[in-house]
Amino acid sequence: MNFVIPSFTPAIPEIVLLTLTSLLLVADTMWSKRYEFATYYATQVILVIVGALILTSFTTETVTTFDGSFVRDAFADILKLAIVVISLGLFLFSKEYLLQAKFYRGEYFTLGLFSVLGMFVMVSAHNLITLYLGLEIMSLAIYTMVAMRKDHSAALEAALKYFVLGALATGMLLYGFSMLYGATGQVAFDAMAAVIDAGEVDHVVLSFAVVFIVIGLAFKLGAVPFHMWVPDVYHGAPTAVTLFIGTAPKIAAFAILYRLLAEALPGAVMDWQPLLVILSVLSLLVGALVPIVQNNLKRLLAYSGIGHIGFLMLGLIAANPDGYASAMVYTLIYAFMGLAAFGLITVLARTGHEFDRVDDFKGMNQRNPWLALMMLFVMFSMAGIPPFIGFYAKVVVIEEVVQAGFVWLAVLAVVSAVISAFYYLRVVKVMYFDAPQDTMKVEPVARHLTWAISLVAVALLVFGLFPSWVIDLGYHSLS
Amino acid sequence: MVFGLPILSTLIWLPILAGLLILFAGRERPTFAKWFALLVSVVTFLISLPLWVQFDASTAAMQFVEKTPWIDQFNIHYHLGVDGLSMPLVLLTTFTQVLVIASAWDVIKERVEQYMGAFMVMQGMMIGVFTALDSILFYVFWEALLIPMFIIIGKWGGKDRVYATLKFFLYTFFGSVFMLVGFLYMYFQSGSFGILDFHLLPLGELAQILIFLAFLIAFAVKIPMVPVHTWLPDAHVQAPTAGSVVLAAIMLKMGGYGFVRFSLPITPDASMMLDWLVIILSLIAIFYIGLVAMVQKDMKKLVAYSSISHMGFVTLGMFLVYGIVANTGEAQGAALGMQGAMVQMVSHGFISGAMFLMIGVLYDRMHTREISAYGGVVNTMPWFGFFAVLFAMANAGLPGTSGFVGEFMVILASFKANVWYGVVAAATLVIGAAYTLWMVKRVFFGPVANEQVGKLADLNKREFAIMGILAFAVVLLGVYPAPLIEVMDVSVANLLIQATTSKL
Repeated sequence: MNFVIPSFTPAIPEIVLLTLTSLLLVADTMWSKRYEFATYYATQVILVIVGALILTSFTTETVTTFDGSFVRDAFADILKLAIVVISLGLFLFSKEYLLQAKFYRGEYFTLGLFSVLGMFVMVSAHNLITLYLGLEIMSLAIYTMVAMRKDHSAALEAALKYFVLGALATGMLLYGFSMLYGATGQVAFDAMAAVIDAGEVDHVVLSFAVVFIVIGLAFKLGAVPFHMWVPDVYHGAPTAVTLFIGTAPKIAAFAILYRLLAEALPGAVMDWQPLLVILSVLSLLVGALVPIVQNNLKRLLAYSGIGHIGFLMLGLIAANPDGYASAMVYTLIYAFMGLAAFGLITVLARTGHEFDRVDDFKGMNQRNPWLALMMLFVMFSMAGIPPFIGFYAKVVVIEEVVQAGFVWLAVLAVVSAVISAFYYLRVVKVMYFDAPQDTMKVEPVARHLTWAISLVAVALLVFGLFPSWVIDLGYHSLS
Repeated sequence: MVFGLPILSTLIWLPILAGLLILFAGRERPTFAKWFALLVSVVTFLISLPLWVQFDASTAAMQFVEKTPWIDQFNIHYHLGVDGLSMPLVLLTTFTQVLVIASAWDVIKERVEQYMGAFMVMQGMMIGVFTALDSILFYVFWEALLIPMFIIIGKWGGKDRVYATLKFFLYTFFGSVFMLVGFLYMYFQSGSFGILDFHLLPLGELAQILIFLAFLIAFAVKIPMVPVHTWLPDAHVQAPTAGSVVLAAIMLKMGGYGFVRFSLPITPDASMMLDWLVIILSLIAIFYIGLVAMVQKDMKKLVAYSSISHMGFVTLGMFLVYGIVANTGEAQGAALGMQGAMVQMVSHGFISGAMFLMIGVLYDRMHTREISAYGGVVNTMPWFGFFAVLFAMANAGLPGTSGFVGEFMVILASFKANVWYGVVAAATLVIGAAYTLWMVKRVFFGPVANEQVGKLADLNKREFAIMGILAFAVVLLGVYPAPLIEVMDVSVANLLIQATTSKL
C-alpha cells in the first residue's frame, strides 16, 4: 500500500483559520487582562486574512483533495466569502453589545471563529464524514455561545434546548448516513451518486436513508414541523448570539443540503422532492401566520425566518441546477437581511434593556429618523417588496418553481408573502405611526455602528436596484 | 432628449433623487423642503411637455424608447417607452404633482421634509409605472409605490389612519402578487419579460383564463372594482388631502392602464370569454356604488364612492369591445368606447383631484368633513362656491366639462353593444347628478348654518391658483377634447386589433 501525500493547497484557508484561531485561543488567556479588545481585533484580522486568501486563490474549477473528502469549487468559495463578510459584520455589531451586557469575553470571538471553521468544512464537504465533522465543529461552538451568559436562565434554557434537539437531529442524520453507506457502500458524494445511478441499490434502504437525512437537515434548518427549538433559542439567547445563529449558519446549512441532495442523491430525487414540498408548504404557512401574534421582535424574526426557509426550499424542489442556484441566491440574500435585522436590534440594546420588543420601536421615527428608515428598508426587504433585494430573492425561487411545473406552490408562496407583509408592516407602523413610549434618543453607543448598520441596510436597496450581480453569484457558480 | 438626457428616465429619476435629497437635507428646514419640491415638480412638468409636442400621433409604436440590459440572467431590461395610451397619463401625473405639492403648503406642519420627500419619490415611481415596457420593471414601480403611500396615509392621515393604510397596502399587495406569478409563467413560455413580447406570445385557453384572472385581481383592486373596492373609502377618508388627490387622480388610473396594456392585448381570447364578468362588475359599480354615494354623510367618502362609480365607466368602455364587434362585425366601431374610457381616465384625474382639493380647503378651515356641519358656505366664500359648483357639475357630467365627454362616449358605445348596458349606464348620470348636486346644495347653499361657517375666509391666492388651473383644464378638455383623442387614436386602433385577434 503506497501512501501519497495529499495536496493541501485547496484547504489552505481552513488550515490558516484553524492555526490562527488556535493561537488566538492561547493568546487570549494571556493578553485578555492587559489589552481589553485585542481578541476582538485579532478576530477581525484573521477573518480578513482568510477572506483575502480565498479571494486571491478564487477558482471556478472543481478540485478535490484528501482522497476525495474535501472539495473546492466556485460554489464553496462564494459561500465561504459570504460567511466571512457576514461574520465580519456580526462580530463588529456584537462587540459593543457584549460590553453593554457585561459579558464581554474573548471566548465569544474564538468560539465564533471555530464555528466559522466548521461552516467552511461543511461548505467544502465532499463525503459524509467531512460533512459530519464540519457540522459538529460548528454546532458545538454555537451551543457554548448560547450558554455563555451563565447568570441568565432563559439563555441557559435555550442552550439546553438547542443542545438536546441539536443532538437529536445529529442522531437522525447519522442514522441516515449509516443507512446510506449500507445501501451504497460509499461515503464520497460523487461515488455514491454513481452507484445510485447505476441502479445497484436497494431502494427501500435508500428511501429510509433519505427520510432520516431530510429530517436531520430540517431540524438544523428549522423547517416545520422540526422548528420548535428556533423561537425559543432565538429569543433566549443573548442578542449577539441570536445574530450569529440567524445568519452565517444558514449559509452552511444550505450548503450541506445542496451537497447531500443535489450532489450525492440526485438519483433519489423522487424520494426527497415530496418531502421538501411538505416541509416547504408547512414552513411557509407557519412563517406567515405565527409571527402575527408575536410581540418580541427576536421571536417574530425567528418565526419569519422559518418562512424564509420555506421559500429557500422552493428552489431545491425545482431539482435542477437553475433551481439550486436560485436557492443559493435566496440563502445569501436572507443571511444578509438577517445580519441587518438582528444587527439593528443588537446595536440598539443598552445596559439592562434589550430593545427586542416590537413596542421598543414605537415612535422610532421621532427618536431617530435615520435608523427608523434603515429598519424600514430591512422590513420591506424581508417582506419582498421591490425595489429592495428581498424581492428578487423571492422572484428567482418562485420563477424556478414555476418552471418546474409547481404553479400551485408558487401561488401558495406568494399568498404567504402577502400574509407575512402584515407583520413586517406592523414594525414599520409602530416606528412611524405610534407615539414613542419614552423620548430617550435611541442611538448605538458607538458612532461607527450607525455607519456600519446603515451600510448593510442601504446595500439592501442598492443591490435591489442592481440585482444582476447578486443573482449572477448564484447562477454562475451552479448552472 | 433634454440636455442630452433621455426624457423618460429624467422624468422618473429627477423627482426620486430630489425626493431623497429633500428627505436628508430638509430636516429642520421646512421652507427649503417646500420650495425645492415645488421647483422640481414644475421643472418635471416642463420636461414632460416635449412628450406631447414631439409625439408622433400617426404610429402606435412605442416612442422615446430607452432600452438597456438590467438583469441578464433573466433577460430583464430597463425598457421605457410611451404610446398614445400612456403618454397622456404621464402628463396627467406631472401636472397633478405640481398641484399636490402646492396644496400641502400651509397645511402640513409636522415633518414637512418626509411628506414632500415621499410625494416626490412617489411621482417618479408613478411615471415609471406608466412608461415601463418590461414587466418586472413595471412590477417594481407598481409595488414600490405602496411604500411612500403607506407612510403618507399612516403618518399624516386622520383618526383611523393605521387601519386604513394597512388595509390599502395589503389589498393592493394581495392583488399584485398574482400578476407577478402570471409574469413568471409567461417568462417561462417566452423567455422574455418584455411587455411587447408578451403581446405576441401565443397562449392556450386555460393559460389565458388564469392569467386574465390574475391580472383582473391586480387591476380590479387598484381601480377599484366591486367587490374589492372596500379599501378605497377607508384610504380616502383617512388620507391627507394630497394623498387622496394622488390616489384618485393617478393611482386608480394604473388599474385602467393595466387593462389596456396587459389584459386586453395579452389575453384577448380570455378577455372575450370573460368580458361579461367585467361588464357586470362595472355596471354594479356605476349603479349601486352611485346609490351608496348618495347616502354618505362624510364628503370625502361621498367623493370616494363617486370615484368608484366613475371608474366603472372606464372598465365598461374597455370591455364593450367584444359586444360591439359581435353586433357590428368590425373592430373600429368599438373605438368609441375605448377612447371614451381613456378620456374618462384623464378627465376623472382632473375632476376627482379638484373635488378632493375642495374638501381639503374646507377641512383646513373647519376640521370636519361632515356634510351636516356646513351650510351656506357660498355666502362667506363666494369664489370657492363658484369653483365648487363648476367641479360638481363636471363630476355630474355636465356638457361643456370634461366629465361629459368620456361618459357620453362610453354610453353611446354601450348602446351599440347591448341596449340594457346603455340604459343602466345612462340612468347613472342622473344618480351622479343627484348625489353631487345634493351635496353641493347642503354644503354651499341655504342660510349660513352656524357661527363657524360665518367666519370662513375665502380662498387665498395659492388656493385660488390651484382651483383656477384645474377649472381651466376641466373646461378645456370638455370644450375641445379633440387633441387628446387624436393623440391616442392610432394606439387605440392598434389596441383593438390586438384585443380582437385570437391567440389560440
